[in-house]
Amino acid sequence: MDTKDLDARTYADLLSRYIETQDERALYGAEKISKSFIRKNILPEEIVNLHIQALLDIYPESRDQILPSMNFLLEAMISYGLAHQEYQMLREKQLEIKSEIQVAARMQKMLMQTEIPEIKGLDIGVISVPANQMNGDYHHFVKDKDGSISIAIADVIGKGVPAALAMSMIKYAMDSFPASRMSTSTILASLNRVVEQNVDPGMFITMFYAQYEPKTGKLHYSSAGHEPGFFFSKKKNRFIDIDAKGLVLGVNQNTTYSQSELLLEKEDMVILLTDGVTECQKDGKFIEREDIVEVIKKYMHLTSQEIVNRVYRHFERLQNFDLRDDFTLVIFKKVV
Amino acid sequence: MNSLSYVSIMKEWDIVAARQMGRELSKQIGFGTVDQARITTAISELARNIYLYAGEGQICFEAIKTLDQKGILIIAKDNGPGIKDLSQVMEDGYSTSGGLGAGLPGVRRLMDEFDIETEVGKGTKISTKKWVR
Ligand SMILES: Nc1ncnc2c1ncn2[C@@H]1O[C@H](COP(=O)(O)OP(=O)(O)OP(=O)(O)O)[C@@H](O)[C@H]1O
Ligand SMILES: [Mg+2]
Repeated sequence: MDTKDLDARTYADLLSRYIETQDERALYGAEKISKSFIRKNILPEEIVNLHIQALLDIYPESRDQILPSMNFLLEAMISYGLAHQEYQMLREKQLEIKSEIQVAARMQKMLMQTEIPEIKGLDIGVISVPANQMNGDYHHFVKDKDGSISIAIADVIGKGVPAALAMSMIKYAMDSFPASRMSTSTILASLNRVVEQNVDPGMFITMFYAQYEPKTGKLHYSSAGHEPGFFFSKKKNRFIDIDAKGLVLGVNQNTTYSQSELLLEKEDMVILLTDGVTECQKDGKFIEREDIVEVIKKYMHLTSQEIVNRVYRHFERLQNFDLRDDFTLVIFKKVV
Repeated sequence: MNSLSYVSIMKEWDIVAARQMGRELSKQIGFGTVDQARITTAISELARNIYLYAGEGQICFEAIKTLDQKGILIIAKDNGPGIKDLSQVMEDGYSTSGGLGAGLPGVRRLMDEFDIETEVGKGTKISTKKWVR
């Protein structure tokens, strides 16, 4: 006997038991068998049919009363059955897409990998967590031959797969720049042209690009509409915004960027972030930039990596462990 | 009823006539209640498409047989505008009723075999079979 017949028998038994006793046990049985029907893809019209057959067994003399109304119900269930099958198809499709994205996300992670370079006298910490599977934030470090280090942090306006695709393109554009050092403003201007030519007009990318020279302690930087970072001056014991004017990448082919300079002294600290950090919400309201500073202050005595980890954990909890946007935070401290 | 018969579809009530003829034939062939209801629903979908998109056409019925199987063949044909994006139409979730699982993908599910020939500007012919289990 196949399992379908078994279910049919069980259904008929349960039904006649229930008609006799009307006890809860039979109803509990009905709950279980209903789940078994779903597992075996038994459609509603087939269940109605089971019911009809069982009723005819129990009340053979009422055939004429039972049949018309039950057949009517059966007819009414056909479209439910179709809708259910479509729903299952779509669910399978969705699982397929999900696993495709998972693979893509792993590939992206590999592509975007950037090692934190060892720079004497600089303590660097980074955390970058995507809201969904694919990350639309980007950061990268390059150590130049002359001992200086370039740091880029970027954010695609948008999330998910399209954002991640745009980011992969940015990475390749940056990798293809000549080895000799260009100024931060030149780099943003070239990236701007790449983005303007190759990315969907509705898609924009913000970027903060900095170069640090350990010998002189100078930080050169330019920004393309990116969320301002913070500079902590140990001497003044104060956080100030690192604000640089510049249009987001991809708006206008001929945009130029300015370049600014900061001098880092011992125990000074630079904090770069994406708007996934500033746009964290608390009780339905965006947090203030001061809130971020407060949290950083609390952990400032730790290493840079510890600081970014703790800050992330703080905001993750604040968001009930459900990030709305990709979250990237880079901190570097001058330690000697 | 002979084994080859048809209903012309011109007005909405003709859909009911087609259902009626399909149901009777499938009962005669030996389909159970559930399959009768499924065949009838498929006929409805086909006839309604003719009524809505082609204006007029025919639903033909035929009892079919192989060595070991009995079944029904339904052919819906019209000289209407034809279907442009066939692969899209056959995709789940495309029909204007969206998310009800009905329409042509529904017909394909309700029946065992399904074939469609269509030419833009010329018309559409849909043949579909179901076998008695
Ligand atoms: N006989 C036909 N002639 C011309 N176009 C047709 C015909 N049948 C279907 N189509 C076209 O194919 C589309 C899809 O048909 P289908 O029956 O799958 O869904 P629908 O009629 O849009 O919605 P539903 O049937 O779920 O109410 C129709 O919107 C119509 O454009
Ligand atoms: Mg239709």
